[in-house]
Amino acid sequence: MRKNKIVFWFFIAPAIVSFLLIVVIPAVIGFFYSFTDWNGLSANSNFVGLNNFTQIFVDKRYIHSLYFTTAVAFVSIILINSVAILLALLVTQKFKGSNFLRGLFFMPNLIGGLLLGFAWRFVFTKIFEALAKITGLGFLNAWLTSTTTGFWGIIIVNVWQMSGYMMLIYIAQLQQIPSSVKEAAKIDGAGAFQTFRNITFPLIMPAFTIGVFLSIANSFKMFDQNIALTDGAPYHSTEMLALNIYSTAFSSGQLGLAQAKSVIFLIIVATVGVTQLIITKRKEVEM
Amino acid sequence: MLNIKNNVKTGGRGFKGILFFLIGIILALIYIFPIYILGSSSFKTQKGLFENPLSLPNKLNFTLNNYKSAFSRLNYFQSFLNSLYITIISVVLIVLISAMAAWALVRYKTKISKIIFLTFAISMLIPFQCTMLPLLKVARYVNLLNPQGLIFMYVGYGVSLSVVIIHGFIKNIPEEIEEAAIVDGCNVFQLFFMIVLPLLKIILITVAIINIMWIWNDFLLPSLIINNKPQWRTLPLMTFSFFGSYSRRWDLATAALFMCILPVILFYMWSQKYIISGITDGSIK
Repeated sequence: MRKNKIVFWFFIAPAIVSFLLIVVIPAVIGFFYSFTDWNGLSANSNFVGLNNFTQIFVDKRYIHSLYFTTAVAFVSIILINSVAILLALLVTQKFKGSNFLRGLFFMPNLIGGLLLGFAWRFVFTKIFEALAKITGLGFLNAWLTSTTTGFWGIIIVNVWQMSGYMMLIYIAQLQQIPSSVKEAAKIDGAGAFQTFRNITFPLIMPAFTIGVFLSIANSFKMFDQNIALTDGAPYHSTEMLALNIYSTAFSSGQLGLAQAKSVIFLIIVATVGVTQLIITKRKEVEM
Repeated sequence: MLNIKNNVKTGGRGFKGILFFLIGIILALIYIFPIYILGSSSFKTQKGLFENPLSLPNKLNFTLNNYKSAFSRLNYFQSFLNSLYITIISVVLIVLISAMAAWALVRYKTKISKIIFLTFAISMLIPFQCTMLPLLKVARYVNLLNPQGLIFMYVGYGVSLSVVIIHGFIKNIPEEIEEAAIVDGCNVFQLFFMIVLPLLKIILITVAIINIMWIWNDFLLPSLIINNKPQWRTLPLMTFSFFGSYSRRWDLATAALFMCILPVILFYMWSQKYIISGITDGSIK
């Protein structure tokens, strides 16, 4: 009686129906719209073949946002994961307050990107300026007014927000390392740095793979922090991919073009995701 | 000789402990600095903030007016309730619907189950931007540009990740317990709601928290779906429009931001143990 089809479909129907209506069908419609001149206003949109896609490759603003996003992702990978590994190594030591610190470092991850972006805009513009006055450090002046300071602003917020999350992933992996391995290294006369390089780091490599790909995926999908912190200023030079698609649709009204850009976006994000799956699977076999 | 060595060793450990403690304090200060400076600035007058941005508020520049003003301009009470309403209903639906689906997918080992599960898993790669515009168009046609529509969309976007997480958990629960319940005369609904759901408690809390954090903080989707209904605006929407009009008034803005961040921090203090253990345990599986 339990294993009948009606019961199965009854349990699964609510999930399937909402998923089909909200994700699958719009995704399919969107794919078709990427070959049209849909502008959101006129009732009919015309098929334009690959026009939107060829237009993308001469769209300087899009190419720049692709380049800018890739740069953010690349620097974020390095900084987020180095900070996260250091934090994880620190809070897994036994000392007073290590659990409290674990919770504290993770906290920024829970505050929404929009609030974080605005909060950091205050810190970068007002507080950095005041710090520059006191310390005389010129580089603290005029943050978020140039492409470079906008870039580092986004990076700092990204590291501040994500490193606590990655820290938890590294902690999980560190806890898997049997203490006997480290003790053996110690007996053999390995120093702290040698132990880390030759023992700990190779053993947390699986977490490193996850950390790298999560940093890429998050940097590529970043929207809230971008719109709140710089909104692309100055002159769209700090505009990331998601924000570029958004303004193509809502500021320029080129919905067909925006849809084509999102298809390219999907290909990038999916490639990253699938590569991660393949690499993680291979790592699992090796372990 | 041995004694001396031992002494040095314990001495080293004690020193290390203090060193880690100090490094920890310094890092903690760096991490907390933006929140601290936001909080301290929010209690200063506009003039006080301009003259002494770094110091704590003092007798001369202390004020609570920023909060009064931000509270009414954010329509804080209403926006907070809107956020709460939309988040709670969406999360309850996501958790229930996903648990039902995940259980059926694990226990009915058919080809179709496999295909459905893979579709859920793969769909997580689709960025929101791919579905956003067509969804908006369809929602306008079928009259879903309202809070109910928004909740329905959260369910649609939320089920895939939630099903995948719960699926992984159910796989490790032996089926014998359920078989025993059936022998005892349970029908399938009693079985699911009275036997299976209680077994899933830990993972359902984790899934609920993941979804709460996402929906509570979400900005883009509500800005597309319910921005034309001012009485339904959530906290992120109000914050965004607030910054549109008061981007130069950091005295008010810091108070507004602090008011919006505070509920998240309080919720985190209460749920920290589930969040930390949920993510740590789940991350390497």
